[in-house]
Amino acid sequence: MSRPSLALALLGALLLLLPAVAGPYLLSVATLILFFAYTGQAWNVMMGFAGQLSLGHALYVGLGAYVSAGLFARYGVGPWAGLWVALAVCVAAGAIIGFLAFRFGISGVYFALLTIAFAEFTRIGFDHIAVLGGPGGLFLKVSQREAWDLANLRGPPAMFYYVMLALAAGALALCGALLRSRAGYYWQAIRENEDAAQALGINTFRWKMAAVMLSAGMTSLAGVFFAFYYNNLFPEQVFHISRSIEIILGPIIGGVGTLFGPILGAAALTLLGDGITEFLAALGWEIPGVKQVFYGCVLLAVIMWLPHGIWPPLAKRLGLRR
Amino acid sequence: MTQRINRRRFNQALAAAGALGAFSPFGIVRAQSAKLKVGVLLPRSGVQGFIGQSCQKGADLAPGVIKSMLGVDIEIMSADTESNVDTARTRAERLIQEGANVLVGAFDSGQTAAIAQVAEQRGIPLVINVAAAPQITKQGYKYVFRNFQTAIDIVRNGLDLIGDLFQATHTVPRTAVYMHVNDTFGQAMTKGIGALLPRRTQLPFKVVDTISYDPAARDLTVEVSKAKATGADFLLLVCRLNDAILLRREMVKQRWNPMGIISPGSPGMYEEQYFKTLGKLSDYAISNVPWYNPNAPLTKVVEKAFLQQNPKDKLVYHGLNAGFTFEAILVAADSFKRAGTTDPKALADAIRQTNITSKMTLGGPIKFNAEGQVEGIGSACVQNLGGVPRVVLPAGAAETKPVFPAPYYKKA
Amino acid sequence: MPWELVANVAIAGVLTGLVYGLMALGLSVIFGVVRVVNFAHGEMMTVAMYAAAVLFAHWQIDPFVALVPVALAFFALGYAMQAGLINPFITRPEHSQFMLLVAVATIMVNVLLIGFGPGARGVQVDYQLESFALGALIFDKARVYAALAALATAAALFAFFRFTLAGKAIRACADNWLGAKVVGLDVKRYYALTFGLGSACVAAAGCMMVLLVDVTPVLGPAYTLLAFVIVIVGGLGSMPGALLGGVLIGLSEALAGLLIEPSAKSMFSFALLILVLLFRPQGLLGRKP
Repeated sequence: MSRPSLALALLGALLLLLPAVAGPYLLSVATLILFFAYTGQAWNVMMGFAGQLSLGHALYVGLGAYVSAGLFARYGVGPWAGLWVALAVCVAAGAIIGFLAFRFGISGVYFALLTIAFAEFTRIGFDHIAVLGGPGGLFLKVSQREAWDLANLRGPPAMFYYVMLALAAGALALCGALLRSRAGYYWQAIRENEDAAQALGINTFRWKMAAVMLSAGMTSLAGVFFAFYYNNLFPEQVFHISRSIEIILGPIIGGVGTLFGPILGAAALTLLGDGITEFLAALGWEIPGVKQVFYGCVLLAVIMWLPHGIWPPLAKRLGLRR
Repeated sequence: MTQRINRRRFNQALAAAGALGAFSPFGIVRAQSAKLKVGVLLPRSGVQGFIGQSCQKGADLAPGVIKSMLGVDIEIMSADTESNVDTARTRAERLIQEGANVLVGAFDSGQTAAIAQVAEQRGIPLVINVAAAPQITKQGYKYVFRNFQTAIDIVRNGLDLIGDLFQATHTVPRTAVYMHVNDTFGQAMTKGIGALLPRRTQLPFKVVDTISYDPAARDLTVEVSKAKATGADFLLLVCRLNDAILLRREMVKQRWNPMGIISPGSPGMYEEQYFKTLGKLSDYAISNVPWYNPNAPLTKVVEKAFLQQNPKDKLVYHGLNAGFTFEAILVAADSFKRAGTTDPKALADAIRQTNITSKMTLGGPIKFNAEGQVEGIGSACVQNLGGVPRVVLPAGAAETKPVFPAPYYKKA
Repeated sequence: MPWELVANVAIAGVLTGLVYGLMALGLSVIFGVVRVVNFAHGEMMTVAMYAAAVLFAHWQIDPFVALVPVALAFFALGYAMQAGLINPFITRPEHSQFMLLVAVATIMVNVLLIGFGPGARGVQVDYQLESFALGALIFDKARVYAALAALATAAALFAFFRFTLAGKAIRACADNWLGAKVVGLDVKRYYALTFGLGSACVAAAGCMMVLLVDVTPVLGPAYTLLAFVIVIVGGLGSMPGALLGGVLIGLSEALAGLLIEPSAKSMFSFALLILVLLFRPQGLLGRKP
């Protein structure tokens, strides 16, 4: 076995065994890490592969969550059926945003701000949709906490952990395959120099659309998970720009455009957050806000000194392929 | 060579992390403790930081007061949810792992719902201090308890008190304009008002217009202009703090002087900031809210403890937040005393048998129904007079008489 | 609907819009020259609002007077930020710049939380609650003064860019970065100068804003978003565009609140932003990018 695949197999085995050894606290942190690893991976398809900066990915999390939860709560449609509807809605939303932006030649900062605008527009819109609870929230019935009911996504935290692990692993495999496929090379060409890519005969419009739609679709599944994990949704919670920022911090810190960057970034940031909390608690320094100041300083330091994120230099050190 | 060592170290670190998880202290020494560990989860930073820190004052004074009251030792383990549902969930797990026997929190309905799931999953009782979304206690949970009114109860009590107020002041306003903040709480209250007001035929007024506004509103000019244009006799308002201040200022600027501002049950107008920023303009606003009884013996004790810890502050400005947070901890401590153990299941059983009559807040004794909800929590009509919120109704708890219409009233 | 109601709402919308415009002007100037989107803009304004509130609380300095020292201090702060933090990032990709400024914003918000607590601060001046009445029309005094000060600050900035040597040099850097370098301009220094000026603008806006709204630590992100909406509508990099965008957003929020649903009024700002981006991506008064 080659060194990278050995490392990957070890990591996989470790993650599979985690619920057996970890306490519930560690498990909840691990689930959170996987959630952000997955959404970061999805965002990375758009930004890291195809070079389109989205600052509004909460839109797809929120839509995916609300569509599947709404179908479940109002019409009793199970998550596995609702998932396809959520997927379709998010792909459509991504297609609309992508079509409008790319047809009108919007790129760079302007595209990023357009994605924020759509997310915020939708957030306020959902505050006014009475059937989905508006700002009062959409609640799902919580039940069957001990038994695994995969068909309805009802069960103990370990089940949700494995669902999220499967999603993250799937996303990793998909992205790995994509990077080595023709699509991956086209995307990278577009990312590096769109005009040159076009000159080479790549239909840049079509491939950028593909990236946006794929990214939106992948993110929608995280939304479905979110809805059934938390069992309550508020527009302020799922659509808010702070959630969009949370999603993209991981891949940026980990390494944009790399396969393992989003995973590493999500793990590093979540553990950092909890680590600082523990550290400050040990110091007896529990002043609200101190944690976030530390967190901000670490972000600042990483982005200053590791412009490509943590993964590329780390991979080099570990003797792994990027 | 360096690579090799690095990789080995890396693997060692992973193994160590795994071992740490395996021997986590959870479940080992819980039952022998003579001290009740109460995990208090509150949003002390982030957008709700203000209210979270206000609630925390009620938790900080609890161990001392409860020791002198019940003679039991409790330890407060505080955690900041950072106004974030993910953090709320992981912090709850963390507190339980560190040995919390009971959880208290968390003001916000979304965060509370997330914590409730953890509590139920782990079989650790959660006593909700403040969180009005009715759905939380409708989930069939066995370990979730709430000593706070749901939105519909707040509205019911609030509307009844409005009737009492008009009777006590011999006034008959005919029209009201209803303004509300469009967030979780405002929405729940609006639903309650929609359901209850039409059936309150003894109330002399009707609502001529409903204006909902953004909780993050930077500017309420339009909203107030619209309300003023209705020419309503008084303003029925469901607000938060910052918007309540903006709104009051805007009313003065636009020279709109209705008979008064009456909240059927929302925060905002009795809070310290409202008085500090508005000065004289804060006077005469009325909030019909779950409140503490200023004349209750327990209130005097709590007030003394509060002043000791916050010499520059007044309990009255944190009445609802600190009062209900304290009482949630009191519920936990009382059940601990009766159960005589920190075993969470025994604690939950004891909480179900709770019957606390000597309490701080208004209303009947603290007793949980089958859903884990306390019924019969009372509200007070609290009016701002001379820069302080004072209880004017019900008569039993009143400190002074209500003033309505406000002296600034000019018929539109 | 009575015409006085519409007129009063429109007047307030325009006046508030001018203050918003001044805030956005800072963002626009910075982007126009340095080509960095300041994602910590609203947070910087929050810091300025605290500065004004503190100056008032301790020495009863009227915010209109405090405007001068606060703007000067912010000029220095902005200069230092660009020289120390942002200059190395001007050639980095947008997501790196975004990350940097998000980190700065996080630190600012939470330092304010630690220093001032979560409660709101404000100023109480006697003209704050007064209004001029002209028949049925009501002009809120604080808003009128704030709008006038916004116009004056903007005029001073226009004059600086048009008539001073430094201003012309900055415009040269914006037009042609390489050309400016070739003729021997110290581009990085001018960038720092620009960031300083943009910060001074947002500080001035903050001093006026504190007359209208109480400040809390978490106010920042909402204003950052608002500033984005305004400059995109007006044209990123265009100075008159920022003021026009401010007025348009102020007016559209006011009228949408009046005619449709107040709680949904900022939805219309975002709708306006989406429309502008689609049909005139350079903004109403912007040049083609």
